[in-house]
Amino acid sequence: MKKLMIGNQAVAEGLHDGGLGVVSSYPGTPSTEITEFLSKFDDIHSEWAPNEKVACEVAFGSSLAGARSACAMKHVGLNVAADPLFTLSYTGVNGGLVICVADDPAMHSSQNEQDSRHYAMAAKVPMLEPADSMEAYIFAKNAFELSEKFDTPVLLRMCTRIAHSQSIVETGEKQPATLKDYEKNPAKYIMAPANAIKRHPFVEDRTLSLQELAENCEYNAVEMNSDEIGIITSGCSYQYVKEVMGDSASVLKIGMSYPLPVKLIKDFASKVKTLYVIEELDPFIENHVKALGIDVIGKEKFSILGEFSQNTIAKAFGKELPESVSADSAIPNRPPMMCAGCPHRGLFYTLAKNKITALGDIGCYTLGSAPPLNALDSTLCMGASISGLHGFNLARGKDAERKSVAVIGDSTFMHSGMTGLVNVAYNATNSTVIIVDNSITGMTGHQQNPTTGYNIKGDPAAKVDLEALCKALGINRVRVVDPYDLKACDTAVKEELAVEEPSVIISRRPCVLLKSVKHEAPLKVDTDKCKSCKRCMTLGCPAISMKDGKAKVDATLCVGCGVCKQLCAFDAIV
Amino acid sequence: MKTVSVMIVGVGGQGSLLASKLLGRLLVDEGYDVKVSEVHGMSQRGGSVVTYVRFGEKVYSPIITDGEADIIISFEKLEAGRYASYLKKDGKIVVNTQQIDPMPVIIGAAQYPENVLDELTQKGVSVDALDALSLAEQAGSSKAVNIVLMGKAAKYFDIPYESWITAIENTVAPKFVEMNKKAFELGYNS
Repeated sequence: MKKLMIGNQAVAEGLHDGGLGVVSSYPGTPSTEITEFLSKFDDIHSEWAPNEKVACEVAFGSSLAGARSACAMKHVGLNVAADPLFTLSYTGVNGGLVICVADDPAMHSSQNEQDSRHYAMAAKVPMLEPADSMEAYIFAKNAFELSEKFDTPVLLRMCTRIAHSQSIVETGEKQPATLKDYEKNPAKYIMAPANAIKRHPFVEDRTLSLQELAENCEYNAVEMNSDEIGIITSGCSYQYVKEVMGDSASVLKIGMSYPLPVKLIKDFASKVKTLYVIEELDPFIENHVKALGIDVIGKEKFSILGEFSQNTIAKAFGKELPESVSADSAIPNRPPMMCAGCPHRGLFYTLAKNKITALGDIGCYTLGSAPPLNALDSTLCMGASISGLHGFNLARGKDAERKSVAVIGDSTFMHSGMTGLVNVAYNATNSTVIIVDNSITGMTGHQQNPTTGYNIKGDPAAKVDLEALCKALGINRVRVVDPYDLKACDTAVKEELAVEEPSVIISRRPCVLLKSVKHEAPLKVDTDKCKSCKRCMTLGCPAISMKDGKAKVDATLCVGCGVCKQLCAFDAIV
Repeated sequence: MKTVSVMIVGVGGQGSLLASKLLGRLLVDEGYDVKVSEVHGMSQRGGSVVTYVRFGEKVYSPIITDGEADIIISFEKLEAGRYASYLKKDGKIVVNTQQIDPMPVIIGAAQYPENVLDELTQKGVSVDALDALSLAEQAGSSKAVNIVLMGKAAKYFDIPYESWITAIENTVAPKFVEMNKKAFELGYNS
């Protein structure tokens, strides 16, 4: 049956129909839905791991045991999983192993714009790159055979526009999930130097064999239309090229981004007068083509920054652009923000009010950096708030220790915050770490994690006791505060910053968007009492605005959290 | 046939996801090649959201750029202004007159462009405005704004009324079907 599917659902269907047995992932936009869709199948084991390294190692173990296995992550997640990846390349697989990685050109929801194709080359593993949902299904399904045939993990690269665009998919037959025999094989799986040194030549030979495959395979296809213009392209760029150029240019579509073919490219280049490479992000294909001694136009015409569109291609080839009109008025931005009733707001208000330096982390609470709170000083990567604060305090000493904190979410703390906290205790800075525990992985759309007490299917699971964990990691002062209580927040932050030892404040209240959270009646402003001081406006709550000189609460947004009420000196909010 | 481009724009949380799901399903059932593209993640937190829907014999690009949209369905007034440059010369904007202040307006750093629709009309843009929130409430729920707007936009598609109704029945949870059919009808007849 023909069905519209986002690329990520198509990957899930493809992996399932390819005989997947086990998937372990950590959520990250734009990869999350792959594992969410897989969790709906009862005939495979699916789970959220605490981080991508764990997820990838779980997939390794299942592959070793003989099952077809997979993990999925966003591009920066592959940095975390890079350690197992590079040596998985040496061990190879037993059951097929697919690592799905989703890049985010234009950084719709990411902290950088890295190009994960470099990982395929650096780790010497093949990478497939679909250009729509139908290909996502086929490539994912066939990746297991490729993995087992060449004894290698396979990277499946998505990007935002493929992962989150729906196109029509016709699914095929499901292959049964089988468990291959497990036999102990130290020479292949114990990567101590004596064994690994023998595996390296295998890896190099494998790359040569894969390159042979690349010369003549279903993934790389030539469409000869013109001997004037030839375009080598891949992924979503292929769609933009076809949209604009139609049959007026010849196209070499690359579906296997590593290893790249040599003869196929040379042959294609020899048949066209001018050769272009059109690829988003880094000049990965372009550098390969140039290394073959072929003249090619690439990044000088097609930016290394952001994502492309049909407009990019049309401009580059001097095509006429359609006319358009725009409004004369300046249109204000509408940036994402913390929701009305978000439990993080009270905490960030406290930090901003006390002019505290706050090293932040990755999650909804990164939005605490936005005006009017402007409550954060840095955001680097998962876990960097705590380790960064330790370094900050080492460099600046006692003065810094008394006015700086780290802010990290519950899921991010599980991901890679714990190790930073161990370092704080072990190498002894008087750092103050705030765990904003909203009982869910929020920003990626509400996934369970080890602190929530539920697994990916919503069934009860072991629940990490954060207080006990922090104590076990060497922190003696651990206290819990309700971020809706501004006075308690203020006291906790001031006291913990003042003490001469490391401490953890757990700012605990569930995400207001959780179905289990009951909302209070919306608040109202008594306009007779309101003195227009705008103190409530300093919270940056989307439900509060000024209308006709007085504060006004939007009843459709307000959840009655009462934080603004505590700020009003005139009891005007009721 | 040439590829038709439709944009659904609004504010995170307004229900544009269901609207694009309904339209996508309908177009597949009508036998078209279809692509629907949206960006998840940050945009859910009250930010500006945009969904691209494209259909025809063979659709390549999943996104829409300046001067390409045949129809823009805007769930909020100023969002129509934000995306107006995407409209084709003879394109149509269907817009809900509801006003939702963005954070820069709330904190006084920017002005809400009250007259944005008049400005567009003066420039020759075909603007079809309605108070979709009131009609949704009349149908039984303020959440049905999305379906009211799809009803209003339906006349710009060459698709029979009954097919829209079937698509609603196939997309919406059973207990909300009647309410949404009513919302669609109110939008269609407005």
